[in-house]
Amino acid sequence: MDLRFTPEETAFRQEVRAFFRSEIPAEIRAKVSEGRPLAREDYITSQRILNAKGWAVPHWPKEWGGQDWDPIHRYIFMEELMQAAVPLPLQFNCFMVGPVIAAFGNEAQKKRFLPRIANLDDWWCQGFSEPGAGSDLASLKTRAVREGDHYIVDGQKTWTTLGQYADWIFCLVRTDPAAKKQAGISFLLIDMKSPGIAVRPIVTIDGRHEVNEVFLDSVRVPVENLVGEENKGWDYAKFLLANERTGIARIGLTKERVARIKRLAKETPAGEGTMWDDADFRARIAGLEVELKALEITQMRVVAAQGRRDAGKPDPASSILKIKGSELQQTATELLIELAGPRGLPAPVPNDADTLGWEAFAAPTYLNTRKVSIYGGSNEIQHNVIAKAILGL
Amino acid sequence: MDFDLTEEQNLLKDSVTRWAGDRYGSLERIEAARRQPLGFDEGTWAQLAELGLLGLPFAEEDGGFGGGPVETMIAVEALGRHLAPEPYLASVVLGGGALRLAGSAAQRAEYVPAIAEGGLRLAFAHGEAQARYDRADVATTARQVEGGYRLDGAKSVVLAADAAQTLVVSARTAGDRRDEAGISLFLVPADAPGLTLKAYPTQDGGRAADLVLDGVTVPAEALLGAAGAALPVIERVLDEGIAALCAEAVGLMDALHALTVDYLKTRKQFGTAIGSFQVLQHRAVDMLMALEQARSMALYATMMAGSDDAAERGPAIAAAKVQINRSARLVGQEAVQLHGGIGMTLEYLGAHLFRRLTTIEYLFGDTAHHLRRVSAAGGLLGAA
Repeated sequence: MDLRFTPEETAFRQEVRAFFRSEIPAEIRAKVSEGRPLAREDYITSQRILNAKGWAVPHWPKEWGGQDWDPIHRYIFMEELMQAAVPLPLQFNCFMVGPVIAAFGNEAQKKRFLPRIANLDDWWCQGFSEPGAGSDLASLKTRAVREGDHYIVDGQKTWTTLGQYADWIFCLVRTDPAAKKQAGISFLLIDMKSPGIAVRPIVTIDGRHEVNEVFLDSVRVPVENLVGEENKGWDYAKFLLANERTGIARIGLTKERVARIKRLAKETPAGEGTMWDDADFRARIAGLEVELKALEITQMRVVAAQGRRDAGKPDPASSILKIKGSELQQTATELLIELAGPRGLPAPVPNDADTLGWEAFAAPTYLNTRKVSIYGGSNEIQHNVIAKAILGL
Repeated sequence: MDFDLTEEQNLLKDSVTRWAGDRYGSLERIEAARRQPLGFDEGTWAQLAELGLLGLPFAEEDGGFGGGPVETMIAVEALGRHLAPEPYLASVVLGGGALRLAGSAAQRAEYVPAIAEGGLRLAFAHGEAQARYDRADVATTARQVEGGYRLDGAKSVVLAADAAQTLVVSARTAGDRRDEAGISLFLVPADAPGLTLKAYPTQDGGRAADLVLDGVTVPAEALLGAAGAALPVIERVLDEGIAALCAEAVGLMDALHALTVDYLKTRKQFGTAIGSFQVLQHRAVDMLMALEQARSMALYATMMAGSDDAAERGPAIAAAKVQINRSARLVGQEAVQLHGGIGMTLEYLGAHLFRRLTTIEYLFGDTAHHLRRVSAAGGLLGAA
């Protein structure tokens, strides 16, 4: 037993750290760190730099650009990426639709889509949730009816993150209305430029336009855009959601935030000194750091066990990472908004966003981060998963 | 990065776990042992020696088995899980730790074989009533006299002192009450004239004693380590003790959580197993998360306990204790609540596990104390 990294792993960490800090533009990383909104171009610039290095999709199969790293190297990579405040490679491309196509798509689909997904030539968004299908995702109603060599898709998707930028949407659609809930669902790739698609922005609690509603009205989708088999889409969705959950603890992101809070506390005046001199505030930072360290080791235990598990089978312990990881992300943003104090009141407006200090972005970050205990299977759903899969209740 | 035990460590784990399950494994057996005069059975102590546990952390050349913090973790977790009442922590980890870290070759040669064979038990007499959790707060004095030292003062809540033949006593050879320098350690026979011992049962079913030292004289050879320079040793002994407590707590929490989940599956109310109720399921999951977070920090404490660098070890051990304390409280309280009435009775094993977990929260520093230690060190992460 040895919780230290090997010299090789440490050298790898230093290599990726140096790359992120020297190659990804500082102004993009500063935006991520401060919680300022990113432009579409920022995501693309950052991902293409990674892709040119072969690092946009290291977890993919090697023939499609993967790196054959073991779980520990992948963990170190993501950890350093988040700590350097590099924008995550677009989740919908790299962690969702890409792995699904690589695992279940046909050769033509892989050749057509995967290189463009990795390079963010196509921006993808996710068409899973519907107004009536949230935690109970399998109750989705969007229908796809086969007509010759097309599906005709009708329905509505919602919470479509960054759908306003998207070229493509991957959707769960009901292809067999007679089948039992999960059994009649298929996984379809739909061009956002298709006639019959309309996108309506939803402004979220943080005042930003991050998510959308997507309406599908008699949208014609070529049958060749079906992934895998018809009515097997739920299996692919489960594969995708398990992938989503493993990386969801975002420990590196919370570490970056805590380190930043500590730095800002030393610069934030309070009484005779700064907020860093406030014993109560310091103790709360320390309390968060303790839990974060514990979660980091818990994550490492899951990562180390991953090498020995069937690749297809998600570890139910990843639900623990999702719950604790999201809670700690939220705790960090609570400390951030408290640190900003009254200087956090001025709201960022589009024209002066660049001139405002970090304090103006504390409240939007805090508010936005409430989502992390809801998405990816709400924390209550994760409790159900653990109760059933681990405790046998 | 490697969480695997070696083959030998796995063997150790299997043998201690099997032994403890066979020897105890029911509340009746635990309580029968606790009713013995010293709170445990002398014959069982001899069995621990046969298992190789009593010499485990000592170097092989001194007559021990050359184990490190991982071996100690394995032993105390297995013993803790079964509420084994033997004073392993007090005698081997704490008292033995001081001897191992500060003892001269001659002292180790004299004491370690006897400890490993089960013929000699130590206790670590450091804490004082006024000190609370301050490790440097030592009012007991040791004045140099002809041929040795004369010790005067009092020690508070010395774990398993009445079971020890030799006490490791901290006393001030120089400086004022809370000075970091000037503390020394001495090996004092339990029957030394001038030493009185008031032993009593503790809240967790164990035993401890308050000591009064009134002109206790010891020879110069009784000095353990360099005169006046014992604080770093004491820090290390207590940090190793905390790491062991963390592992013990994980064993206790694991047992208590398993007991609770089992109860949820078998207890029927309203015509169904109460484990079918979602609100109870979620609380059992919260217990599991607290347990797993504690398990992670117990591993961390184990890895850091052997570090010679106190500046690195101290905050890490403090952080582990914070997590263990928080988890212990949550797991213990929830276990009682989910069991309902039966969880409130001493007829039930779970209640005893909760009592021990509660004691652990206040041994060697509570949550607030260790959180202050983490905070005073500037936390665990550097500022960006």
